[in-house]
Amino acid sequence: MTKEIIRIENLTYQYAHTDKPALVDINLSIKKGEYLAIIGPCGAGKTSLALSLNGIVPHMTVGEMRGKVLVDGIDTTQTQVRDLAHIVGMVFDNPEYQLSQSTVLSEMAIGLENIGIPRDEMLKRIAEALEIVGLSGLEERSPLALSGGQQQRLAIAAALSMYPKVLVLDEPTSNLDPMGKEEVFAVAARLNQEKQMTIVIVEHEVEVIASYADRVIVLDKGQIVNSGNVNDIFSDIDSLDSIGVRPPQVTAIASGLEKKGYHFKNLPVTLDGAEATFSDWLKQDKA
Amino acid sequence: MSMSNIIECINLSHVYPGGFTAIKGINLKVKEGDVVAILGQNGSGKTTLVKHFNGLLKPTNGTVSIKGIDTAKQTVFNLSSHAGYVFQNPNHQLFATSVLAELEFGPKNQGLSNDEIEARVKETADFFQLHSIINEHPLRLSFPLRKIVAIASIYAMQPSIFILDEPTTGQDHRGAEKIKKFLRKLQDDEKTVILVTHDMPLVAEIADRVIAMWSSEIIKIANPREFFFDLKTMEKTKLQQPQATALSNRLQNRVLNEGITLTVQETIKALEKVVNQQIN
Repeated sequence: MTKEIIRIENLTYQYAHTDKPALVDINLSIKKGEYLAIIGPCGAGKTSLALSLNGIVPHMTVGEMRGKVLVDGIDTTQTQVRDLAHIVGMVFDNPEYQLSQSTVLSEMAIGLENIGIPRDEMLKRIAEALEIVGLSGLEERSPLALSGGQQQRLAIAAALSMYPKVLVLDEPTSNLDPMGKEEVFAVAARLNQEKQMTIVIVEHEVEVIASYADRVIVLDKGQIVNSGNVNDIFSDIDSLDSIGVRPPQVTAIASGLEKKGYHFKNLPVTLDGAEATFSDWLKQDKA
Repeated sequence: MSMSNIIECINLSHVYPGGFTAIKGINLKVKEGDVVAILGQNGSGKTTLVKHFNGLLKPTNGTVSIKGIDTAKQTVFNLSSHAGYVFQNPNHQLFATSVLAELEFGPKNQGLSNDEIEARVKETADFFQLHSIINEHPLRLSFPLRKIVAIASIYAMQPSIFILDEPTTGQDHRGAEKIKKFLRKLQDDEKTVILVTHDMPLVAEIADRVIAMWSSEIIKIANPREFFFDLKTMEKTKLQQPQATALSNRLQNRVLNEGITLTVQETIKALEKVVNQQIN
């Protein structure tokens, strides 16, 4: 069936000078082309898990790791971070931390130069990646003169130019305005749908996850406490509530009505789903 | 007193050295005790505008009065006892080695007596439930708690105006709920609160008034219900309705005649009402 691209076996990771492991016995298989969302409260281990996917954990952090992370069959502990960049592209929450060059073009070139891509190939990849994220024509612009949404799309383009198989986004929109958020989510969705790129996203915006993700894993205190499709995860409101994660607003509305004695076959998790559910429900009662 | 304008901008413009016009032609009155949300995309002028409320910036044209005092003639120090500014990132604001020292700093600078300082700190620690962490180092606290300490350290100076820049950004659900609770307390205390935020559900739940900015100008001042119903302005400013509002907006054409709802709780009530009417 669908090929596995990432496999995590019994991963436990504890940062130096901490009392408790950040990740506890994580087992996870991610399929090629999957759009996976990681949710959970602050301090649940979401970022540590994301960083373990491209080897930053454990190569660039101080701590103790047990278990195994295989990306495209490669053991991350046996491979340097820069060699994993071809497989896993990483985008962080604050684009400014990731941008260092004076023009968009040189920002795009730096990673490719580092891995020795020839000039013609480099220009081709840059043009492609900027096209995908909608930044073509801004090559000579300073990255700092871009809007937040554009900066984050540039960070995505820089990751894409390495031709990764997986794109990991760690709260990519937490510093963006609504327009910027929309731009970033749209680019990630397009990469997933049109290029079958595997997407792993850490995100608090549950309404967005509910409309894009194939699967959601819920982390709490370093452990995977739940895993399933968006309907399973978000309609289990009590489990989410017990760890301090809220459901999408439309799900909370349906759940609130259930608590008042009304019944729905399924709790809606998206706006479209909710529109259908509540339209039917109101019609039925009329009949 | 509660009906008076605590902030008044008349034809306010600000041009930065170098020639960039960040805000222009701003006319605005904020009533004492109101919670006002300033919305707009990054770069629309929100931060430049609110920095005029505590004197961090002075108008390059027009006037700003705080409690009837023209800010052009005041120092930031004098204005800071009227208007406190809570930064988006608490790490940019906190610097003391304990929560206690953080809370004492403002009142000390205001030249209060030791007894007064002690009373202010106690009241603040009560209000924000900080007693159990009063001796902790602020940077050792979780991000949500650090943000609350940052708000509390402003509260200790007892300003009448609180300016909060993105108070819920980077918070998880519990952190955001905590901050919302404290915002409600400020509202009950009849403090004037200025929120600069992209968090539309927060605005829908808590704001008395919405000011929408686009391209250096105010393009709409309304209550949240009017604002989130004005799809034209929403589209122009690229702002989104909270999901609950979007749902009631979609259902309205077919089934709801109650007008749009702003929050989860309101939507539950509106839907229940329609169903009950149908049954009866």
